[in-house]
Amino acid sequence: MITLTVNGAEHKLDVDIRTTILDALRDHLGMTGSKKGCDHGQCGACTVLINGRRVNSCLTLAVMHEGDEITTIEGLGAPDKLHPMQESFLHHDGYQCGYCTPGQIVSAVGMLGEVKDGWPSHVTGDIANGGTDLSNEEISERMSGNLCRCSAYPNIVDAIRQVGTTGKGAA
Amino acid sequence: MKSFAYERASDPKAAAAIASRAHARFIAGGTNLLDLMKIQVETPETLVDITRLPLKEIVEAGGGLKIGALVTNSDLAADERVRRDYEVLSRALLAGASGQLRNKATTGGNFLQRTRCNYFYETNARCNKREPGSGCDAMNGFNRILAILGTSDKCIASHPSDMAVAMRALDAEVETLKSDGSTRRLTLPELYRLPGDTPERDTNLEAGELITAVRLPKPLGGTQIYRKVRDRASYAFALVSVAAVIGVENGRMETVRLAFGGIGTMPWRDARVEEALTGEAPSAALFAKAADILLAEAKGHGENDFKIPLMRRVLPAVLREATGVSA
Amino acid sequence: MDDQTVFKMDEPVGETRLDTAAQGLIGKPLDRFEGPLKVSGRAPYAYENLAGDPNVAFGYLVLSGTGAGTIRSVDTSAAEKAPGVLAVIHDDNGPRASADPNDQRPAAIKGEVVHFGQPICVVVAETYEQARDAARLVKVDVETREGQYDLLANRDRAHKAQNGAMQAEVTKGDFDTAFANAEVTLDVTYTTPSQSHSAMEPHAATAKWDGDELTIFGCYQLVSTNVGQLAKTLGISKSKIRMLNPYIGGGFGGKLGIGPESVFAAIAARQLGRPVKIALTRQQVYQATSRRSDTIQRVRIGTTRDGRISALAHDTITSNSPGDEFFEPTGISTVFLYAGENRQITHKLAELNLLLSSSMRAPGEAVGMLALENAMDEMAEKLGLDPIEFRRRNEPEVDPQDGKPFSSRALVPCMEEGAKRFNWADRPKAPASRREGEWLIGMGMAAASRKNLLQQSSAAISLSSDGRCVVSTDMTDIGTGTYTILQQIAAEILGLPRENVIVKLGDSDLPQAPGSGGSWGANSAGSSVFVAAEGVVAKIAEKLGVKPGDVTMKDGTAIAHNKRTPLAEILKGETITVTGTFKPGRTFKDTHQASYGAHFCEVAVNAVTGETRVRRLLTVAAAGRILNEKTATSQCYGGQIFGIGSALTEELVVDTRTGLLVNHDLAEYHVPVNADVPQLEVVLLPERDPIASPLAGKGIGELAICGVGAAVTNAIYNACGVRVRDYPMTLDKILPGLPD
Repeated sequence: MITLTVNGAEHKLDVDIRTTILDALRDHLGMTGSKKGCDHGQCGACTVLINGRRVNSCLTLAVMHEGDEITTIEGLGAPDKLHPMQESFLHHDGYQCGYCTPGQIVSAVGMLGEVKDGWPSHVTGDIANGGTDLSNEEISERMSGNLCRCSAYPNIVDAIRQVGTTGKGAA
Repeated sequence: MKSFAYERASDPKAAAAIASRAHARFIAGGTNLLDLMKIQVETPETLVDITRLPLKEIVEAGGGLKIGALVTNSDLAADERVRRDYEVLSRALLAGASGQLRNKATTGGNFLQRTRCNYFYETNARCNKREPGSGCDAMNGFNRILAILGTSDKCIASHPSDMAVAMRALDAEVETLKSDGSTRRLTLPELYRLPGDTPERDTNLEAGELITAVRLPKPLGGTQIYRKVRDRASYAFALVSVAAVIGVENGRMETVRLAFGGIGTMPWRDARVEEALTGEAPSAALFAKAADILLAEAKGHGENDFKIPLMRRVLPAVLREATGVSA
Repeated sequence: MDDQTVFKMDEPVGETRLDTAAQGLIGKPLDRFEGPLKVSGRAPYAYENLAGDPNVAFGYLVLSGTGAGTIRSVDTSAAEKAPGVLAVIHDDNGPRASADPNDQRPAAIKGEVVHFGQPICVVVAETYEQARDAARLVKVDVETREGQYDLLANRDRAHKAQNGAMQAEVTKGDFDTAFANAEVTLDVTYTTPSQSHSAMEPHAATAKWDGDELTIFGCYQLVSTNVGQLAKTLGISKSKIRMLNPYIGGGFGGKLGIGPESVFAAIAARQLGRPVKIALTRQQVYQATSRRSDTIQRVRIGTTRDGRISALAHDTITSNSPGDEFFEPTGISTVFLYAGENRQITHKLAELNLLLSSSMRAPGEAVGMLALENAMDEMAEKLGLDPIEFRRRNEPEVDPQDGKPFSSRALVPCMEEGAKRFNWADRPKAPASRREGEWLIGMGMAAASRKNLLQQSSAAISLSSDGRCVVSTDMTDIGTGTYTILQQIAAEILGLPRENVIVKLGDSDLPQAPGSGGSWGANSAGSSVFVAAEGVVAKIAEKLGVKPGDVTMKDGTAIAHNKRTPLAEILKGETITVTGTFKPGRTFKDTHQASYGAHFCEVAVNAVTGETRVRRLLTVAAAGRILNEKTATSQCYGGQIFGIGSALTEELVVDTRTGLLVNHDLAEYHVPVNADVPQLEVVLLPERDPIASPLAGKGIGELAICGVGAAVTNAIYNACGVRVRDYPMTLDKILPGLPD
């Protein structure tokens, strides 16, 4: 029996030791917003926040995360009360089929936290000092761990930039 | 994934003791181990969860840095001291994987990533690294991403880490704790093994031996570059990469550290290349000579032949960028 | 009151309520109808139904580890003894891959292995973890035989394909003589590799039986076709199956046919008497569903000295697995895109022991135009003509094959608009002549065309007295925007605010639509909603005692003869329900219909490494009326990015010794990532095509992929002077041609 804290609520679970956080959410907690696209950390559809940092929930075991704060797409907002990032994806059409979308949105929220903390990226010019601007190039690089086959990338970048620069999802 | 016993270690010594059991593995970030366990390329019987061990600090030590083995790739890349004094390391980390993976992957684990050879990953294929003695389907198969240096007739698997390439250029050493409680320090050439006749062993670590920290010597200064060439603009393994630390004084290259990814069966470094450059005035001819030395023994296997002419162009380009000399 | 109304498209439509647009909704860039559910993670996809239900069992497929042979035995004993295992189901009737949409059912295993990674059986257990582990314990003994895995090595064994999506051979005049006599000639051969759809949702199904009735939560693009295929495979009546596919995590053709996940889930659930879920792993999607065929394409163009085409040939060879007769209609655009009296377009098929090849986004054009549009670029250079001018000189007045008029054709306006917006005049005149630091800069263009397809379709509309309306059809939305455009069409015609219109899709109990494929969805399903909505308006007119044409519907009221009457007053508590059916008619047969466009691309090629970066990409498209500017633009982005992938990175690599698809995961099959894609530009030219559909629209979902990869590779040539005829243009192929 393990205890997971998901979106602020504690859940007691009797799961196989091999169960990943992703499968615990989808198969045991009925929280299917986090998606399984590859199960190997190659697509980002399963992205959740653990203690505020974005991670691939398919590549970590549930049993290893007792006591950690897990935030999923369901925890960010609901259809009638969307998180600004969800609202921005909606308005910018930053998705099509919707399958990679929860992962993109959670990843984007985590990514903006990283930018706020001054983390540099692969495309940051002055790595010793820089790393906080939200150019298209920076957003694209930082979001490259989230594949989208419908190819909504241009709209995803616009959606994130709007939230990153205005804090708001609606135009 | 085969089932396993799960144990949460309370301190490093206990972790090493548990892990000395047969078929035990440490798990920290898990980003490569679980990946491989799902397809039964790795089938440990015991997993020792070390994520709660106190190995998450980066401290100044011996004029350099001591990096806890559990520092995540993200935290290491973002550390102000690393960004200022070991830029090549930050760059290499940021060129690897994705934001999500870097948030989970650890410094110790990154060293121990296993090859991305397609046949290693496909259990219906023959692979001496996965199943000793079974043969190597990569040798005459799709070996585009595999090694051209350090190979054997048993294995041509390339080492996939970007971080370890920069670490090698920086003369990093790993500190380990053995199951008997003793500790040791290993340079990277001491840590890694060439495949030879035993490609199943990537490293010289003993059963239960835990990487606890990485030591970086005092900063080298100079211009630091990590150049990675790959099939996508991001989120792809290196075809070839170069980690360079070049310091020019009075028109001569006085500091030269060069390590290479994608071409070797381990993070590659060749003292002869650095000797040829050190103390010399940078020039196009010299850069070309350095590439020739590096690649003198390189051997392509068909699909990866291109890595030889590619590296012959990339190394001089990195040296041009580092020195500002193009003629 | 439930009414049927049928409309057959025998004549062009005149002005419609979509033109007058009293409600002002049609074409507007509205947010997606189902968007709030998708962005909040509340839209349930196939696997996610019955989530958390402890009665559900989990299936995991066992795939073949060899490429060709006869199955001697399947030893399930060890797997059956493994913890939690409920059954190991080895059914010879099981599918060896997904079904081709044109087949009645997926090809069955029947004791044979025809390709590496073919499904053999399924292990069902209490948990996913147990099923996955136990699947490794199944021992499949195969008497192997030598398989054929290499298209190049089998090119001489290829046979003339059976007519399918198009005639396998389309000829006119005397190509050989005309080509021999042409003043300028080009004879080039291109190859493209197998590709994978790689939709982000892996194929999945949840199956549940109630007595002899099956409910299947699926991920399929063509509901009624897929129900038929499943019924045939299971040997039951279609009426016993209810399929629910309201949300589909991308298709691109990969989910056109019923797949092994559904068949095995249904068989297992029946045997166990409890619901069963099967999701393919990503590796299994690559190996056990379908692919786009690899191609060998010889293009020959003969012209006069001033660049008029007199002879045009496109001879193609593609592959499929034994017994699967689908061929990639590679030459489909070559038939009508350019003028020329003497023509030859042929398709041969080689039988290989590889995964089923079937339709993938714009089957035919997507790879055929890579070759054709590269060849046009090569020929233009030979002639010393600008590529746009060369195309302009060969713009046909009518379909060059059979003389039919085009319903509408805006290729030249698209090229001209694109040239202006892209500043095409600034294109480097000679290859490898522009450099910025390490980067060589070049520009390229290509034409786009996608044959318009239209299908019979039905939809029901119920309008209640409170002004609320429900549109229902078994049509699917695979991310294309179907929910939203159907809502817009109904709201526009009925004069309702958008939020008053609810759209229900993807349920086999609803009126039958053709599903999502071939870019026919919006115009086929949309036309049936148009017909049903007009049927509703006719009922309202009848109640008002006026002619339908005299009624304007707006803001929940009907306006006739200067009198505005609220719907509540007209309906008085009654609900009107009309089922509309749309049928393609004479206009479809009498004209040639296609969407057109032009792509313009700027790339930078690294002079050291041969890495290519797309810096700018513009597509100008003309596809008749655009129903929703936002979703249509997003579809075009999708096509453009698929094209970038085709041009630069995507290749399903076959190990020709064993038939193993080597790079069967998303780490190694390289679909473009965000950083591969610059901010794209899409321009939708205003166009109406009243011959094509009552909506005056044509398909747009696939148009932007057609030709776009060739614009990228033509730009690569312009940038660095390297012409590679073997897709994709990975850096190793460019490297040898780069300047030192």
